[in-house]
Amino acid sequence: MDYFIQIVTDLLPGLDGLPVWLVIPSIMFMFGALIFTGISIYSLIILWFERKIAAHMQDRLGPMEVGGWHGWLQTVADAVKLLLKEDIIPAVADRKLFKLAPYIVFLAAFSVFAVLPFSDKIVGSELNIGIFYILAVSSIGVVGILMAGWASNNKWALFGSMRSVAQLVSYEIPIGLSILVVVMSVGSLSMRDIVMAQDGGIFNWMIWQNAPFNFIAFLILFIAGTAETNRVPFDIPEAESELVAGFHVEYSGMRFSIFFLAEYANMLAVGIIASTLFLGGWQGITGASSAPGIGLIWMLLKGFLIVLVMIWFRWTLPRLRVDQLMYVCWKVLVPISFINMVGAGIWIGLSS
Amino acid sequence: MPDLKTEEMVVQMGPQHPATHGVLRLEITTDGEIVKKIDPHIGYLHRCFEKHCEVLNYHQIIPFVDRCDYLAAMNNEHGYVMAVEKLLDIELPPRVEYIRVIMSELNRIASHLVALGTFGLDIGAITPFLFTFRDREKILDLFEMTSGARLLYNYIWIGGVAFDLPNGFVEKCFEFIDYFLPKLKEYDDLLSYNKIFIARTAKVAIIPPAVAIEWGITGPNLRASGVDWDLRRDEPYSIYDKFDWDVIVADGRVGVLGDSWSRYYVRVLEMEQSANIVKQALEGLPSDENVKSAVPRKVKTKEGSVFFRSENPRGELGFYIISDGSDIPHRLKMRSPAFCNLSAISDIGEGLLISDLVALLGSIDIVLGEIDR
Repeated sequence: MDYFIQIVTDLLPGLDGLPVWLVIPSIMFMFGALIFTGISIYSLIILWFERKIAAHMQDRLGPMEVGGWHGWLQTVADAVKLLLKEDIIPAVADRKLFKLAPYIVFLAAFSVFAVLPFSDKIVGSELNIGIFYILAVSSIGVVGILMAGWASNNKWALFGSMRSVAQLVSYEIPIGLSILVVVMSVGSLSMRDIVMAQDGGIFNWMIWQNAPFNFIAFLILFIAGTAETNRVPFDIPEAESELVAGFHVEYSGMRFSIFFLAEYANMLAVGIIASTLFLGGWQGITGASSAPGIGLIWMLLKGFLIVLVMIWFRWTLPRLRVDQLMYVCWKVLVPISFINMVGAGIWIGLSS
Repeated sequence: MPDLKTEEMVVQMGPQHPATHGVLRLEITTDGEIVKKIDPHIGYLHRCFEKHCEVLNYHQIIPFVDRCDYLAAMNNEHGYVMAVEKLLDIELPPRVEYIRVIMSELNRIASHLVALGTFGLDIGAITPFLFTFRDREKILDLFEMTSGARLLYNYIWIGGVAFDLPNGFVEKCFEFIDYFLPKLKEYDDLLSYNKIFIARTAKVAIIPPAVAIEWGITGPNLRASGVDWDLRRDEPYSIYDKFDWDVIVADGRVGVLGDSWSRYYVRVLEMEQSANIVKQALEGLPSDENVKSAVPRKVKTKEGSVFFRSENPRGELGFYIISDGSDIPHRLKMRSPAFCNLSAISDIGEGLLISDLVALLGSIDIVLGEIDR
């Protein structure tokens, strides 16, 4: 944030004359707008990417018309269409909750980005409990989903939100336990410290430390992260063939697209968290580079890579059933991550 | 803590629900995710087929038969014209029989491909659906080449077929068979033996053989329950007794007999057998003959009634025709296999999860056009 404040004050020298209580919030607002724009642009790109990948996996071409080259403008056109669509609120819906729900879901996805270190300097806030903050904030989304399902006054939406709440609450436990392994290895909750601990090239990345415990922790984090973002094979809250569209079945137009944006923001967040914790964060394969912007490129590359694997999952795998989903969490992932955490602790204790 | 009051919830599944394969409406009573009671409502696609038949002459009914089971129009035509031919005692040229068998079996493959794809879609696998449709497209190309239509053919006529096979059909058909048989392995790799797919479908919605027979379930669904019954072999019609093929009966290899996975996999194996039949029929195809030589100008029936049943991709398709001697049937009753198969779900589906109900519905492969008629 300090770095960002410095840039802004350099660009706008007049800011110095203003009182501090006005300058800091306005800069925060700017940073927020920047991230919001970034997420929107990223969503448009990744959506187009997903559609093309899906199409080629399925022996078809995907969007080819809009914008000329391989339909690259298709998602932009779709976004414009969603913005212009009529926003329907069902007559029997609880209007206040119905309107509020998408913003809470998006807020949860969005505020995670405040502490994600995109590079050495580009970070919203260097909290000393960054990873803890992420765990706490991302749970708020559940409330929004429950609100959406309940306020829609639709039985399918209610089913979807019930499933979603059960799923999200359950899968936070393996995520927390696997993050704990990293926290134990580094000895800090700060995202920056965690990245700094992985300095010096690909073999110093957290994923290879404390073999094999950190690697298992990475896999668990990734699987549970896929579940947290409601992606296939864990997409039962919006299971199309069962619940039509799940908790957002009654949403249309812009409100629907905010849910959509939140899902894709969550995917990127999972990708960036996983690569910060385990894949060296903003550091390249050969170590951190001093050139500006290189860190950001590495970070986004790693984040995209993980998002791509999630996309690959989606177009390959069928969907689990509700009870199987809970089984995977409580009887497979939670015990494994517990044992993994204890093992990592013993390993760290013995090797130090 | 005060006692929480809970009550069962009635949910309308359909007619616009994506898993009901058309316009079926299931009124389900649920306790949480568990389905307590299923009440199927049909008739959204009712087009008075049987009533229409009372004012149309025998030739004119063929396009209506197409539209009953629109995914297996050739099989429907075949069943219907054989019923009329039984009424008329028509002797067919052998080439006609061969062409009809080729078309019926190709259509059986096409229909099963839709069944597999949409079943995968119900379970959440999107990609196999596109793969099966890619292959089905090639069959539709063959049909288009022959009859000019891709879905509703009006091709098999009473006493013959509408057109002879076009030039190059036999080669293209052989080409398709050679292309298609290796694809079955692709489906196995992609879907059939996928761990999640097996977890979702094996041991789910089991129909025991006795129950299957009780409800009059026929076709692949019956054979998936382990009952060795196929009209093409047990009551041979047309020229099915000339070919060397096996009736596929499920062995419950990943779950138990009669579960959703068996119903799915019987269809995969049946496609292989159908491809074999097509191959043999193409090899034995008699050389040029007039395929319309036996087509009657005007259908002159005797007074009386006839029942004929044939093996449709969905089961036993029966036609019961009462004739008063004119060229218009006095009454025509269609025994629809999908209707009988569907009727079992209220019995089988009780106590399943909603997701399992979707798996059951997808695996019995219903076509609403045929249920509602």
